Amino acid sequence: MDPTTLSPFALLAALFITVLAAFIGYEVVSKVPTMLHTPLMSGANAVHGVIVVGAMLVAATSDGPLRIALALLAVILGTINVVGGFVVTDRMLEMFKKRPGERG
Amino acid sequence: MTDLNGWQIATFFVWLIGSVTFILALKFLASPKTARVGNLLGAAGMALVILWTFFTYDLAQPGSEPGMLENWWIIVVGGAIGSVAGVLGARRVPMTAMPQMVAIFNGAGGGAAAVVALAEFLEFAGHGEGLLPLPFVIATLAGGIIGSVALTGSIVAFGKLQGIVAARPVMLPGQQIITGALFLAMLAIAVYIAAFENSIPLFLLFVALALVAGVVLTMPIGGADMPVVVSLLNSYTGIAVAASGFVLSNYALLIAGTLVGASGAILTQLMTKAMNRSLVNVLFAGFGTGGDVAGGEEGEESLKEINAEDAAVLMAYGKRVIIVPGYGMAVAQAQGPVRELMDLLVSKGVDVQFAIHPVAGRMPGHMNVLLAEANVPYDRLQEMDEINDDFADTDVALVIGANNVVNPVAREAGSPISGMPILNVDQAQHVIVLKRGRGAGFAGIPNPLFSLEKTSMLFGNAKETVESLVQGVKTA
Repeated sequence: MDPTTLSPFALLAALFITVLAAFIGYEVVSKVPTMLHTPLMSGANAVHGVIVVGAMLVAATSDGPLRIALALLAVILGTINVVGGFVVTDRMLEMFKKRPGERG
Repeated sequence: MTDLNGWQIATFFVWLIGSVTFILALKFLASPKTARVGNLLGAAGMALVILWTFFTYDLAQPGSEPGMLENWWIIVVGGAIGSVAGVLGARRVPMTAMPQMVAIFNGAGGGAAAVVALAEFLEFAGHGEGLLPLPFVIATLAGGIIGSVALTGSIVAFGKLQGIVAARPVMLPGQQIITGALFLAMLAIAVYIAAFENSIPLFLLFVALALVAGVVLTMPIGGADMPVVVSLLNSYTGIAVAASGFVLSNYALLIAGTLVGASGAILTQLMTKAMNRSLVNVLFAGFGTGGDVAGGEEGEESLKEINAEDAAVLMAYGKRVIIVPGYGMAVAQAQGPVRELMDLLVSKGVDVQFAIHPVAGRMPGHMNVLLAEANVPYDRLQEMDEINDDFADTDVALVIGANNVVNPVAREAGSPISGMPILNVDQAQHVIVLKRGRGAGFAGIPNPLFSLEKTSMLFGNAKETVESLVQGVKTA
């Protein structure tokens, strides 16, 4: 899809999706216990690592050394974000799991 | 939009599945019982979207040959480098340095979003006649500026948390003027690019200014406020990713980015609320300069010291001990000995609880993670509101490397932390404070708690001090 020729319908759909997703984001975390703020921040950090898909799409259409270099940079950065983000979140949450005397 | 082929329709469904897993990931992360499953679910959804894009992209392009996407080597090479760096960083980092790590990963994401926006602009600007459509230009500009601010802001936050950059607020001379001029310049460039000429050099200048802005905005904020800043920058990266999703017509990016943008914003708000401050105050007040502190003239010589044996006896023969952990415990990695101390005291019939202030440590939940790592039972960790009334009925409050969260100055007006709810440690019968040295805390504010009659200080590395307390309790 050529992003410069989006139909009005696609633009409006994107607007609707954005507004609704913002409300979901707001609702989903509005009642989180303080002790989970750090893992939640880290988890959200991992989710925006989906930017690596954007980097892949840039890579797919890259020609010329400049754009290839940019695409490579974006893929590296995006991968660090997504891989590191999920692994570090899992490490934090691992700590919550193995506690004796767990209460429901 | 013209007709979609089967692969394109399937791609939309993959995006939908991915988006649902991202929402569930955040939802499950909101409860300790489901958090880990939530994170794994999010990771699985992410893997699905990434692999699907990698293997089917070309199928979804009208009229192209089936196969993996072109330039697949860029993705394989970049993905390999990024994966190694990400896994090594995430695995090797000590628990105390988690906040820095989140900042760095966030910066990487912001950088990626900025580069994507830049690459898309370069791809389409200057071709054909006339200007690019306004929504496209606005989205690339937004991705460029917000991603860039998130990148350099996160690097500064990392530096401050890691101690590479001065943790204290660094104000440039004429800070407001510089910030204002930067944003006016960026606004003017953005308007020119959008309305008059899709100029590539100006877009590059725009991104460069945004990179500078990220530094200028973050430097004046004190190290103690970095968690809030990291959370805010996390939200920014989400918005930048959403902008990229718009540019690329990729709903997975659009939804995930918006989701994080919104949840990051509310999380930031929750954090500032826990400190009883506003976001504006955090960002612009230069908190922690320490210059204008009310009653900041306590003589350090009035501090009373105690040795570990006496402190141990005090606790071993008390009925109730409340342990108040802070960043000092994290730095010294003292959580293991702290658990040992707790076990010993409990075996001697002492009621031991932990009082966790919402902003103890460098990040909310920091203490919970560390104590959980040391297998401290979850039900001994009490939040501030649950335990604050119990201090009056407590024999010993043991403060381990915490400072601001127990500073009674917060109850009075005129201090940078005025109004922040604190733990009522000063109401306990005895207060024992473990502290590395005599200096003021991270925020540079003197703490009158330390010079109270009932307070005794135990100076030294928290881990060693707690170990000697353990020995003391054993022989007590």
